[in-house]
Amino acid sequence: MKTVKKGVVLAALLVLSVLICYPIWFAVTGAFSSQWELEENLSPLFSIGQEMAAWPLLPEAPTLRSLVEVLLDSPGFFSMFWNSVAISAGILLGQLLVDIPAAWALARLPIPGKKAILTAYIVLMLMPFQVMMFPQYLVLDDLHLLDTLWAVILPAVFSTFPVFMLHRFFQAIPQEIIEAARLDGAGEGRIFLWIGLPLGAPGVLSVAILTFLDSWNLIEQPMTYLKTKSLWPLSLFLPEITLPDMGMGFAAALLMLIPALLLFWNCQEYLERGIALSGGKE
Amino acid sequence: MKKRKCSHPNIQWSMAAVFLLPHMAGVLCFALLPMVQVVVRSFQSAVGGNWVGLKNYLTVWNNDAFRLAVSNTAKFILVCVPVLVGVSLILTVGIQSLPAVSKHIRSIFLMPMAIPAASVVLVWKALFHDNGLLNHALLNMGADTVAWMDSGAAFWMLVISYLWKNLGYTMVLWAAGLSAIPQSCYEAAQVDGATSRQIFFWITLPNLKGTAYILVVLSVLNSFKVFREAWLVAGDYPDQSMYLLQHLYNNWFRELDFDKIAAAGVMCSVVILLLIGMLRRAWDKEDGE
Repeated sequence: MKTVKKGVVLAALLVLSVLICYPIWFAVTGAFSSQWELEENLSPLFSIGQEMAAWPLLPEAPTLRSLVEVLLDSPGFFSMFWNSVAISAGILLGQLLVDIPAAWALARLPIPGKKAILTAYIVLMLMPFQVMMFPQYLVLDDLHLLDTLWAVILPAVFSTFPVFMLHRFFQAIPQEIIEAARLDGAGEGRIFLWIGLPLGAPGVLSVAILTFLDSWNLIEQPMTYLKTKSLWPLSLFLPEITLPDMGMGFAAALLMLIPALLLFWNCQEYLERGIALSGGKE
Repeated sequence: MKKRKCSHPNIQWSMAAVFLLPHMAGVLCFALLPMVQVVVRSFQSAVGGNWVGLKNYLTVWNNDAFRLAVSNTAKFILVCVPVLVGVSLILTVGIQSLPAVSKHIRSIFLMPMAIPAASVVLVWKALFHDNGLLNHALLNMGADTVAWMDSGAAFWMLVISYLWKNLGYTMVLWAAGLSAIPQSCYEAAQVDGATSRQIFFWITLPNLKGTAYILVVLSVLNSFKVFREAWLVAGDYPDQSMYLLQHLYNNWFRELDFDKIAAAGVMCSVVILLLIGMLRRAWDKEDGE
């Protein structure tokens, strides 16, 4: 009886897993399909008629052509890929410099009004972009940053979510270790550099992964703050793909997918820790 | 404890200032001060900035597009959040009963979280188009096709992509909640001869109340992000069943209706503040236990 039940559960989970993987599989195989095969399979999407689109499980004639084309002769792709990289790297670097010390201070240093500051940070962290969009736009306009990559990077650097998360990770460091270092005569700066950073490193990694996945995927912010198309990240370009460029579209989508998936496969454990902590549990 | 506080408070304070002030200055500049500015602007006219009292709020409140966007957003939340929270709990419990494969299946469910929305936009388009793959499959099964993009069904496309993206995230949080239940509770129940069903309903579920509460609030806040999928697939003017607040904001933005945006933004903030207040209470309760 019990094994039957387990078998049913397993079967249901497997079916769901296949369904969940299907869109990803679709995207990956699309990148290895030839342009004519894509046109043949997907042309019903672009014409009015009775014919239905089809999609083989594996491309009939797998080819690297689209990928090579995107990588070697499309300068447009490179500039957009570079914009995506610049945005993500800028946000990550900025957070490393500004957010980690702030989180350490909130977790470990005596700050007047700490509780009020934390409450304000939590409130801001939970505000959706719909609420923050107009305020941010006004500031960026005042600072003449609109239509530059800074308009996307700076508000993200000063977002409060990473600080809140890191502060929780730093708080988990046992007080005795810090006291011991203090008794040995270590200054506050040294304690942060030699105890806080190494012991908080897994937390920093967790938060960095969440930040990267989010900044790599930004859509609303660049859409609102960037007018010049040459500044656009990849995410804004992909929806504009039409049938004649399908091959390149799928190839570009795969190249955008790869960094995120590699990070996911190698750091899933940290990602899960980060998620668990975002729910307020540890 | 006392010694630390007396030894070098000044150093610690200046240290704290150096560490915290840069970020706080940024938060003030990029979030708090402009939010105050928006509240002020919500009581002014868009052109000239004259004081108009509650006029902007009334305009927005009586605006049909605003009502449509609010009701769609609310409908979306009311449908998605219970489904997401319920289904993910069942899945989490199911996966935990299969320790041999649990790790791999968890990875699969979490993977969509890492997928950039733009990378699968072509896939969503091919799946949900009138002549697309879903309808193809429906035809093959002898069913009627569905106009996924141009009818009320568009709403369900959003629901599906939201579930696809968020199931794994929610399952991780459930798993964290489950692992926090002391093993001794289960053992005691087993000793008393409880069946596994009884254990689930009388021990597991009551112990997960706090997690459930947090999950609901977080899922509601996350549901605002579904605009990405809606916009990627359907552009600025989608079927009206998936016209969301962000669409409306973007349209007002293009038309420079800053007075309306300000008033609508303040109204949204108030609703969200209420939600956050509920979340805080849940967190405090958790810490108290």
